[in-house]
Amino acid sequence: MSQISNILSEKKLDRHNDEMLKLLDNVTVNDVKTALREVPGKYSLERMLTLISPAAQECLEEMAQQAASLTVQRFGRTIQLFAPLYVSNFCCNSCLYCGFNTSSKFKRTRSTIDQAVTEADIIASEGFRHILLVSGEDPKFVTCDYLNELAEKLRSKFSSVSIEIQPLSTEDYSKVFQGGIDEVAVYQETYDRDVYAKYHKAGPKSDYDFRLETHDRTGAAGMRRLGVGFLMGLNDWRLETLAMSEHTAHLMKNYWRAQVSFSFPRMRPAVNVIEQYQHLVSDKELVQLMLALRLCFADAGMILSTRESAAFRDKLVKLCVTKISAGSKTNPGGYSGNEDSTEQFEIDDDRSPSQVVKMLKTAGKECVWKDWDAGFAITNNE
Amino acid sequence: MDKLIIAGKEFDSRLFIGTGKYSSNKVMAESIAASKTNMVTVALRRVDIENENDEMLTAIDREKYLLLPNTSGARDAKEAIRLAKLARAASGINWLKLEVTPDPYYLLPDGTETLKAAEALVKDGFIVLPYINADPILAKKLQDVGTATVMPLASPIGSNQGLKTRASIEIIIRQATVPVVVDAGIGLPSHAAEAMEMGADAVLVNTAIAAAGNPVMMARAFKQAVQAGRQGYLAGKAAVTTEANASSPLTGFLRD
Repeated sequence: MSQISNILSEKKLDRHNDEMLKLLDNVTVNDVKTALREVPGKYSLERMLTLISPAAQECLEEMAQQAASLTVQRFGRTIQLFAPLYVSNFCCNSCLYCGFNTSSKFKRTRSTIDQAVTEADIIASEGFRHILLVSGEDPKFVTCDYLNELAEKLRSKFSSVSIEIQPLSTEDYSKVFQGGIDEVAVYQETYDRDVYAKYHKAGPKSDYDFRLETHDRTGAAGMRRLGVGFLMGLNDWRLETLAMSEHTAHLMKNYWRAQVSFSFPRMRPAVNVIEQYQHLVSDKELVQLMLALRLCFADAGMILSTRESAAFRDKLVKLCVTKISAGSKTNPGGYSGNEDSTEQFEIDDDRSPSQVVKMLKTAGKECVWKDWDAGFAITNNE
Repeated sequence: MDKLIIAGKEFDSRLFIGTGKYSSNKVMAESIAASKTNMVTVALRRVDIENENDEMLTAIDREKYLLLPNTSGARDAKEAIRLAKLARAASGINWLKLEVTPDPYYLLPDGTETLKAAEALVKDGFIVLPYINADPILAKKLQDVGTATVMPLASPIGSNQGLKTRASIEIIIRQATVPVVVDAGIGLPSHAAEAMEMGADAVLVNTAIAAAGNPVMMARAFKQAVQAGRQGYLAGKAAVTTEANASSPLTGFLRD
């Protein structure tokens, strides 16, 4: 068993845990107030449990004040911008909640290198310097060679290239890191083994442990930024947050050169998905979750996508978010006007990047287009 | 005149300013102006050094301020050297604030890699101002390889905790053959004054100004604090004792 599997199993965070739910319910407002008197930004499982408890909902304003001020101290009055580039919506998995599910019947699209570069040019022309390459799990097409060839072509236009694709081996992560890709996002979806099995019945993604250990491989390969998250809606968000926090603490200790960032994918309508979800997360709960994370992990990045509404995003950039996408298209070819291909999820905030920039300025935030430099990267030619 | 001289260049101000974390380039420019600094550091990761129209760079008046590029984010000597060379090739600037900070959370400097990079960069003609932990031996080794200053941290960067490393910085100052610039962790004007009173040659401030409620006012306060601290140092402090010492209870009988 790997170290992270052991940690979750010993703390009973990889299965539904009534005991933990009881502990959460037993937290009092006074406990929360005591926790809020501690220096913010330091993690312990107990502190996280206190801050995400139902009782802590009484203290959201105080949590928000502390989180906002800590975020300004650590990240400044800035928000970094990035754009996703979907390169394939082929997928060999059958996740019940996902529009790219292999059994979904729609016309699949893959972008050739040239097509992807055309899309990237449009993204660059809007000002973006951080780009995230996204695909379904499409290992036959989205190979290391494909990624490295694309990264090489993007190097002059973008200061960093990230990926959100199928989990790879350590060796393959090393290859793409050498190719100039320095950030990997892989979300566990759910840390609960039983719930995981229910939603991921077939395909490579059905292997819970291989996915859980992904960031041990990205970390070992030297990736600079590791993106974690769970899909909100599949399981009790409080239990998921505890497991994700332990995962994060494990990554921070073992891969200390890498920065962990959190993403917050929330269930949204997708094509051909009929499953009903028992654990949808409200705005208030999501805010509580984000504040608690900030108050435990002072320097973790917090990423918010256009899945969320404009009105909600406008509020969240003032709290603890550090990085947002804007003007996103979640279908391959979407930027150059391909209306036919199917998107992974519907965009809620469909404002253009320049509208988002205007919003950020009004919120007193400087837009950071560039916060890395391609010059850092090792290149294969060296 | 009490001028600060680094690598043969004279500076009126002993306050260096960082450019991160501001709510806008306008507020940054106003704060820089209010601080009366002569030296502004900018992270190479944040700007396009070769681009004349880069928004942040155009907000910094290069006639008034020496631009000091920094390698913030570099994990090891190799990365810092690569970035420094690319930046010099693109901009012609050979001043460099060397930062090798492999841990993205506390951003503490890696001494061994910093020394390795400093040695190579000095040989290559750079004027190197290295950011270091308050380690007197490392400071000496860096001076031996020819850095233009040493820049020990007061406490972890961005933490605003003030002079937590005071005892070590005192040793660095006492042993220094180059200017000592206290960098990182200075959270209040009084911290800056304290560092200057100790005999630091300059201080570098970013978060304490950029994250203040009123950055421009805070920049002005830092300017005054640095001046006050420097004058306090130059004036020569009076001795401190813990109690009045008018009488000599044990030896008074010897007066006859």
